[in-house]
Amino acid sequence: MNLFDILGPVMVGPSSSHTAGAVRIGWMTRKLLGEKPVKAKILMYGSFAATGLGHGTDRALVAGLLGMYPDDTRIPDSFSEAKKEGMSFEFGTANLVGAHPNSVVLEVEGENGRELNVQACSLGGGRIMINRLDGLDVNCTCEMPTLIVHNLDQPGHVAEVTSMLAHKSVNIANMSLYRDKRGGSAVMVVETDQDIPAESLKWLEHLEGVVKVTYINVTEGER
Amino acid sequence: MSYMSLKEIEADCLEKKITFAEAVLLDDVNERGVDKETSLKMMAVMWNAMKEADQNYDASLRSHSQLVGGAGAVMKSYVEEGRAICGKFMGNIIASALAMGESNACMKRIVAAPTAGACGVLPAVLVNYQKEHGSSDEEIIESLYVAAGIGQVIAGRACIAGASGGCQAEIGSASAMAAGALVSLGGGTPSQITHAAAMALKNLLGLVCDPVGGLVEVPCVKRNVIGAVNAVSAADMSLAGIQSRISPDQVIDAMREVGDQMHPTLKETGQGGLANTPDAHAMFDHQNGEAGA
Repeated sequence: MNLFDILGPVMVGPSSSHTAGAVRIGWMTRKLLGEKPVKAKILMYGSFAATGLGHGTDRALVAGLLGMYPDDTRIPDSFSEAKKEGMSFEFGTANLVGAHPNSVVLEVEGENGRELNVQACSLGGGRIMINRLDGLDVNCTCEMPTLIVHNLDQPGHVAEVTSMLAHKSVNIANMSLYRDKRGGSAVMVVETDQDIPAESLKWLEHLEGVVKVTYINVTEGER
Repeated sequence: MSYMSLKEIEADCLEKKITFAEAVLLDDVNERGVDKETSLKMMAVMWNAMKEADQNYDASLRSHSQLVGGAGAVMKSYVEEGRAICGKFMGNIIASALAMGESNACMKRIVAAPTAGACGVLPAVLVNYQKEHGSSDEEIIESLYVAAGIGQVIAGRACIAGASGGCQAEIGSASAMAAGALVSLGGGTPSQITHAAAMALKNLLGLVCDPVGGLVEVPCVKRNVIGAVNAVSAADMSLAGIQSRISPDQVIDAMREVGDQMHPTLKETGQGGLANTPDAHAMFDHQNGEAGA
């Protein structure tokens, strides 16, 4: 936790976990989708489902999907903002097993038809974690530059990514690997100390066996 | 943060001949890899947001449950009529703490310090201290480093979330932070700062988190008042030369132990304490009826 996790964030109330964290989850989902969402199915779990209404969690998630930051004073009116921007949304509850009590599943569709399924949770103090992307574990907080590579589970992809990072003098802080089954779909989550150059990300995208490359670098002002 | 105890900060202050606030600032510079100006600018953003939130209080707003709103203005006019038993300065602190807690419950913009539920404590004492003593913004910002440094040590050794340690971890921590900030503004030593924080935290030890209906409304708004008033008394005791008999870091450790032993119904689940009273149930059965209608 840095100093401004203790004194801060500047946010719209009433709850850093149920409101500010929820805005960040929505915001991050929009960022991960990579385009403007036009349709969202929001499924809440645990404490989010139980007390979300009174904490404005529903409005906060929609606000985040619209690209608002946790201190945006339009958060309480996000439903009408969504109407203005042409984003439709519906709410429900999620049946998750062993998830953090403040969890939510977002099924979103973007303006160019891209679809994404995100499971995320709010850790408290406005900090969040993205737990699953399209059904695969990722468990990243997105507090550092984060590279998420979806690839086929075959030899060599980790080496390709790490040698590219080494070549660009980017230091790896944390790295995790997940897959659904042997030889199936795999995900690599790499948190780095430095920014990864755009051309290197493009290069990765074109490698055989790499399905999707997502890169998140949230600057201080955006948090 | 690299400091895991208040004692280490005190020792650093002595060794490097710097103030408590400087020690925390230097640590932030080091930990986040930013320069001093960037850090100070960020803290100024927090202070300005606190002042703005204080000024933007809207007494006509009511919270989602309709349980909260308007009390800040009621208290303010009572104080202005000269009727406050505790006098004008303390009366205004009470009014400000209520107002900020209510702003938070009504989805206005606030600064979590350390949490949203406890957002009224620090600004209530600092805004009114500035008015009373004419302190510069720079001085207040300096005191915010003291507050944040104390909060960071508490977060590292214990916790600052009601769900983890009860209200003592939220309002208790906020009160300790505010007490330290006030001592720094009052010209106290690093040791006086940590002892004020310790006394503030001690006095709220064991406080449970029992929000009615699970919402940050009742009793959270009024608990900001006790956090603020308690901070002033702890700061005054410390500046007067009174010390905590239990050393500050051990008080924090005791807070963690009490929090660990606290029953889950008393840690933000909205199941125990005030949340489990007939009045609370009556309010929320009524609420649910309304929501269904």
